[in-house]
Amino acid sequence: MSAATTNATATATTGSTRRHFLKATGLAAGGLALEFTLPVSSAVAQTPTPSPGAGSTGAAPAGEVTAWLLIHPDESVVIRIARAEMGQGTLTGLAQLVAEELECDWSKVRFELVKPGANRARARVWRDMGTGGSRGIRGSQDYVRKAGAAARSMLVSAAAQQWAVPVTECSVEAGTIRHAASKRQITFGAVAAAANQLPIPEDVVLKDPSQWRIAGKPLKRLDTADKLDGSLVYGMDLRLPGMIVALPKACPVHGGMLVSFDKQAVLKMPGVRDVIKVDDATLAVLADRFWQAKRALDALPIVWDKGPNASVSSASIAALVSEGLQGDTPFVGNRQGDAKAQLQGAARVIEADYGTPFQNHAPMEPLSATVQWTAQRCDVWAPTQVAEAALATVADAAGLDITACEVHPMRIGGSFGRRLATDYLAMAVRIAKQRPGVPVKMMWTREEDMLQGRFHPVTQCRLRATLDGQGRIGALHMRIAGQSITSFVNPKAITANGDATVFQGLLAESPEGHFGYEVPHLLIDHAMRNPHVRPGYWRGVNTNQNAIYSECFIDELAHAAGKDPFEFRKEHMAKRPKHLAVLQAVADRAGWGKAAPKGVFRGIAQYMGFGSYTAAVAEVSVKDGQLKVLRIVAATDPGHVVNPQQVEAQVAGSFVYGLGAALFGGNTVKDGAIAETNFDTYGVMRLYDMPAVEVIVMPSGGFWGGVGEPTIAVAAPAVLNAVFAATGKRIRQLPLKDTDLSKA
Amino acid sequence: MTELNVNNRQLRADVEGDTPLLWVLREELQLTGTKYGCGVAQCGACTVHMDGAALRSCVMPVNAVPATAKIVTIEGLGQTRLKVVQEAWAELDVAQCGYCQPGMIMAAAALIAQTPDPSDEDIRSGITNICRCGTYPRVLAATKLAAQRLRGAGAQR
Repeated sequence: MSAATTNATATATTGSTRRHFLKATGLAAGGLALEFTLPVSSAVAQTPTPSPGAGSTGAAPAGEVTAWLLIHPDESVVIRIARAEMGQGTLTGLAQLVAEELECDWSKVRFELVKPGANRARARVWRDMGTGGSRGIRGSQDYVRKAGAAARSMLVSAAAQQWAVPVTECSVEAGTIRHAASKRQITFGAVAAAANQLPIPEDVVLKDPSQWRIAGKPLKRLDTADKLDGSLVYGMDLRLPGMIVALPKACPVHGGMLVSFDKQAVLKMPGVRDVIKVDDATLAVLADRFWQAKRALDALPIVWDKGPNASVSSASIAALVSEGLQGDTPFVGNRQGDAKAQLQGAARVIEADYGTPFQNHAPMEPLSATVQWTAQRCDVWAPTQVAEAALATVADAAGLDITACEVHPMRIGGSFGRRLATDYLAMAVRIAKQRPGVPVKMMWTREEDMLQGRFHPVTQCRLRATLDGQGRIGALHMRIAGQSITSFVNPKAITANGDATVFQGLLAESPEGHFGYEVPHLLIDHAMRNPHVRPGYWRGVNTNQNAIYSECFIDELAHAAGKDPFEFRKEHMAKRPKHLAVLQAVADRAGWGKAAPKGVFRGIAQYMGFGSYTAAVAEVSVKDGQLKVLRIVAATDPGHVVNPQQVEAQVAGSFVYGLGAALFGGNTVKDGAIAETNFDTYGVMRLYDMPAVEVIVMPSGGFWGGVGEPTIAVAAPAVLNAVFAATGKRIRQLPLKDTDLSKA
Repeated sequence: MTELNVNNRQLRADVEGDTPLLWVLREELQLTGTKYGCGVAQCGACTVHMDGAALRSCVMPVNAVPATAKIVTIEGLGQTRLKVVQEAWAELDVAQCGYCQPGMIMAAAALIAQTPDPSDEDIRSGITNICRCGTYPRVLAATKLAAQRLRGAGAQR
């Protein structure tokens, strides 16, 4: 399969259209802003949301039945996907939702990816293309279902008009419209052209999820076949006629500068075209082939000015962060009663300090982008999680009007949040700009990907609590200190109350995730301490460390109270029935309270994030200092489930990602730079370490929570609590590989 | 000029001898199903078969590949009896992002070619490829399924 067909465009159609059937709700932009304010340029942010009747001239592009789908005479249904697919299954889930309301034949469904320039040219008819915060499905389910329903209505109307019968006498099933009284029937493919000419109904009634036949079912993914025979063209695989490659290298110390390089030392090496300065911190070797560029890059003499952070180390960062564990801070996330006063006067205070390190996203596909720049136009073929922001970045770097640029989004070889940033796209454009007309494929080596990441932020936490006479929590103060992602990604969003996103899952009330426990005197606050290492949104974002801190310390309090960790949690969760339901489910399934097999120990945790409730029980053994995670029982209540087998895959995957980081990962800093340069030093989970994972998917309805990220939060605390059960040792500094369990 | 036998075709590539086999496959022969993930034989995304054994092609200089060696890549696996691995992968919907999956499939295929009835432990220690999405549980299940199918096919003959 060629790249062109793999990344089939959502048509190059431009210009206005009357196909604006969706009411302006502001959901696309406003919803994302709840947890994230992504660096969407003003050019994109100001693009008007389509309103009914706007630009009501011109016909719908041929084949379209609403902007979201094409129905061809051969009965194939092409569903357009505006969100990014990076393995999380959103593409298939969105298609299921459209197909459900459309009532088409699922076996005829194909997909194509929307392009941000096309979206912009059509007044954002496909709305928000950003894919982060586990919002791909929950952020678009409403309007994609309405699109499917509207399209079905148009198809039925077209058939009814043809037969001169009332639409109410027609029925639809699997892509065929029937009129029972006259025993007539017609297929979608035969009536699509007529439907295309009809107005798009604005008021459509959606099915109740209990009636779903395509959505809610464990269907196979639509995007698998070309992943299994090597034919899928990822960004790293793209090849254009006359293309050259570029391997960049930036100053390994973030914020440092490029002083000079001696390109004469490498210019005579085979295939090398040039070595160029890309920006103040970056150079790139241009060559015919990857290995030629790599060979030259490794041999190139480079002088860096590493700047003021040249001597920063993990120890100096830890000292900077820990300084925020004490003293006052104005940034409060959750306050009930007066925890400080209670703690001050208490006879017994239980106290612990925790810390979590930087983590690299380390997606299997390193960063890449292919760019063709001329003074008139700039085209970029690249994987991105934020296609619209990517387009704005490209236009800015290209020095061209946004209408002269297009980003051709590609299916992504893993991302986990790394491609929410657009740094690599600007870099690729700056390189290609120095070779007008020549397609340039910029590829990052794994080493560059490791050094120039957007790292999971470094934080520490001091927890202090009292127990009352009944052994319940009387007061709890949770002081988080450390890095704010927002302060780097979008400093304008920092308010007088700091960075609200650092409290993910710890707020008193938030549809994204509220704190699960009732504590009469509670204070959760944040002291911002920002080291120079660039942070980013890493799968699970701040729920990762927040869940480790709160769920491990709750466990400590349970033991201090002499109570079972599950029963102790329950005592504080009377007002949180949904939190409790998932916790109860994993306890029941795992056999909590019953004896575990000899040598096997259990830990438990619950957390709410990204709008979903999650819990897990971990079973581990520790023999001769060797930890083995044997079994995970996990539960999630995301409200509605579009594809249960994909939810199960995401939950299992969350444990791989979360436990890999907590047990084997962790980035350190030496001489100002990240010290781990490849998978030989940045540890990840492999098949050998993979526990058995049992997933309980228990949607309770009435809300739409996320799936890709929430469960990661409970992975580490459940295991760490099990390690305590096995060894009596509390692991409070991660990654766990830094602790010698044989001395436990 | 380097001569290679890839997917049962005799091919020539004009490259420097130290070029890893991975990049010859990807850039000279346009067989981009074999992926670059780390370049240091850690992740296994570059796994191909050389005379039936799994090989991490990112650290194999092309001038060290014997001209008689038979290389099979993910693009050629479907023409062999080991295509059952790809079929099992499809049946269990193993892939997530898919980037590591060609290497994972090639590793699984080499494993079951050598160990027709692998235990869980054989698979866990035998497939050391990295998947960041976390497809491991289904990799394990699909490898067992493929092995079972292959044994069944052998018994029918």
